[in-house]
Amino acid sequence: MNMKRYFKDARADLLTYAGVIIAFLVISALKSNGMLNRSQTGLLVPICCYIVMAVSLNLTVGILGDLSLGHAGFMSVGAFSGVITAMGLMNVIPSAPMRLALAMVVGALCAAIVGFLVGIPVLRLNGDYLAIVTLAFGEIIKELITCLIVGVDSKGLHVIFNVNGSKTANDLTLLDGGRIIIKGAQGATGTKTIATFTAGFILIMITLVIVQNLVRSRHGRAIMAVRDNRIAADSVGIPVTKYKMMAFVTSASLAGAAGALFGLNYSNLAAAKFDFNTSILVLVFVVLGGLGNIWGSIIATVILYILPEALRGFSTYRMLIYAIVLIVVMLTTNNPILKNYFASLRSKFGKSREKEASAS
Amino acid sequence: MSESKKRRAGLESVSPVVPVQTTYYVPERDVDKSPILQCINLGISFGGLKAVEDFNLTLGRTEIAGLIGPNGAGKTTIFNLLTKVYQPTHGTILLDGRDTANMTTAQVNRAGIARTFQNIRLFHNQTVADNVLIGLHNEMDYGMLGGILRLPGYWRAEKIARNRAMEYLALFHLDQHADELAGSLPYGAQRRLEIARALATNPSLLLLDEPAAGMNPSETAELMENIVKIRDTFHIAILLIEHDMSLVMNICEGIAVLNFGRLIAKGNAEAIRNDPTVVEAYLGRKGAKE
Repeated sequence: MNMKRYFKDARADLLTYAGVIIAFLVISALKSNGMLNRSQTGLLVPICCYIVMAVSLNLTVGILGDLSLGHAGFMSVGAFSGVITAMGLMNVIPSAPMRLALAMVVGALCAAIVGFLVGIPVLRLNGDYLAIVTLAFGEIIKELITCLIVGVDSKGLHVIFNVNGSKTANDLTLLDGGRIIIKGAQGATGTKTIATFTAGFILIMITLVIVQNLVRSRHGRAIMAVRDNRIAADSVGIPVTKYKMMAFVTSASLAGAAGALFGLNYSNLAAAKFDFNTSILVLVFVVLGGLGNIWGSIIATVILYILPEALRGFSTYRMLIYAIVLIVVMLTTNNPILKNYFASLRSKFGKSREKEASAS
Repeated sequence: MSESKKRRAGLESVSPVVPVQTTYYVPERDVDKSPILQCINLGISFGGLKAVEDFNLTLGRTEIAGLIGPNGAGKTTIFNLLTKVYQPTHGTILLDGRDTANMTTAQVNRAGIARTFQNIRLFHNQTVADNVLIGLHNEMDYGMLGGILRLPGYWRAEKIARNRAMEYLALFHLDQHADELAGSLPYGAQRRLEIARALATNPSLLLLDEPAAGMNPSETAELMENIVKIRDTFHIAILLIEHDMSLVMNICEGIAVLNFGRLIAKGNAEAIRNDPTVVEAYLGRKGAKE
């Protein structure tokens, strides 16, 4: 009986993978047949990045149960370390996909390290306090990156930390043929855009494997135990801080990988892009998709990311309509009557399927 | 009552200067073995309030012992001290001879103490089976990477753990409810599940905080049988806090009575029942005279 439930969970995971793969194949086919216009194809990579962001934030907010408002900070760490890696190694590794993969790995590692350092003070807190401190750290990361001036030449990487605002890219004293990668507040400039939709798809699949398998392992159960009842988790021998950190760092590193992909999708990218608004945007995806619901996060991200673009026809009223749609969706998904209705539909559907299975 | 008689009954008046060895009562079968738990002059103060003071207790390896006392006497505080939810301000706790002074709550659990809570603390949003699987957390050995990549060790450990979880559930007649959410179980079943989860951590000492609270007489009777069955099956010591005197007097071999944070009596059921200080603590001075 226990195993039955287990297979049901496994089936849900497999359906998620299948859904993503089918979506990828369909969109790829449309793209190669020229059925998507330029602005539509331009959305593909950012959507992939935001899906990874939403799924990884769901690990912190939904699975671990800690409200984090600084997720964009980890994304920016990944973005800029990824851009530095890809641009810095341009002459060493000629293959763009290799550089992209390496940039994402470096982005993930850097974000994981920052996540760990931020996690040490943050995870001592709970609830509202934790949320506000993550918000503060997100802003700190953004400000620090704004101070960064980075260039590369034949001698290697040059980094200036422009704290008092007196230095410019000229202070890097690059040799001839050197390249400026990050120009302080202007952010990354002249980046070669090597991000591809396929890379985004692979990153989503890796993220799904990591998050879904983690949730179904003893570590994932421990993380959910900490969320549900901290004292009880402690009493059954689960070191609370360790598992909070595990979820937080995993979430940060996935955000870092998404950031690297995002950073390499634009030739110009300022640190200001990864502000509080971006964190909240991702949080909206997660909450709307359902806390702890991975599949929901993906759907919500796709719909809510496309919606403002689709509403361009309404010009000035675009964001107003977007906001109204958000409110209506939040209200209806939380309406108990509708919830029960969907639950009854689901159980009917599930039962008929089980009957079929036993009959065959 | 002479001093020697008192000692034989395991009954000791309030006197912190008496050496520990002479004060303990353990069942005869455990006398020759080292005790599983020793509390020596254990105490905690919250600011100026001494919630527990000079608490001495020794538990035999397979003893079922009771901790009783009026409301606010400090019984649950003692459980919280034993499991390091609170850090004791005085005294020592020896678990199987090991000092637990530097251990955290999770480490104490791995060292051998499992507990239940007065106000049930289950993982309500997770299934009954998952609750026990969380209890089996430290019994599984695969790492985070093994879990994510689903290496052979993952499947092996998960399969063994799932079978074991079902065994624990069957012991408490919960196997029929394995896939239900823990929060949806009736009250009595939730209490049993909490005990099953605690047992899953493979303890050598089980602390039960008011296990019979809110149960009807037939459920209490079943619980009593279960507690004895747990001791006989797993060969562990059980210390329980309980207000249901029929349960305490029937199954507890040793009973410690607490009042205002101090131990006022220790001994077997017979001795406790006839102890004037105990009667006074429960009924007041006038009741003791009558």
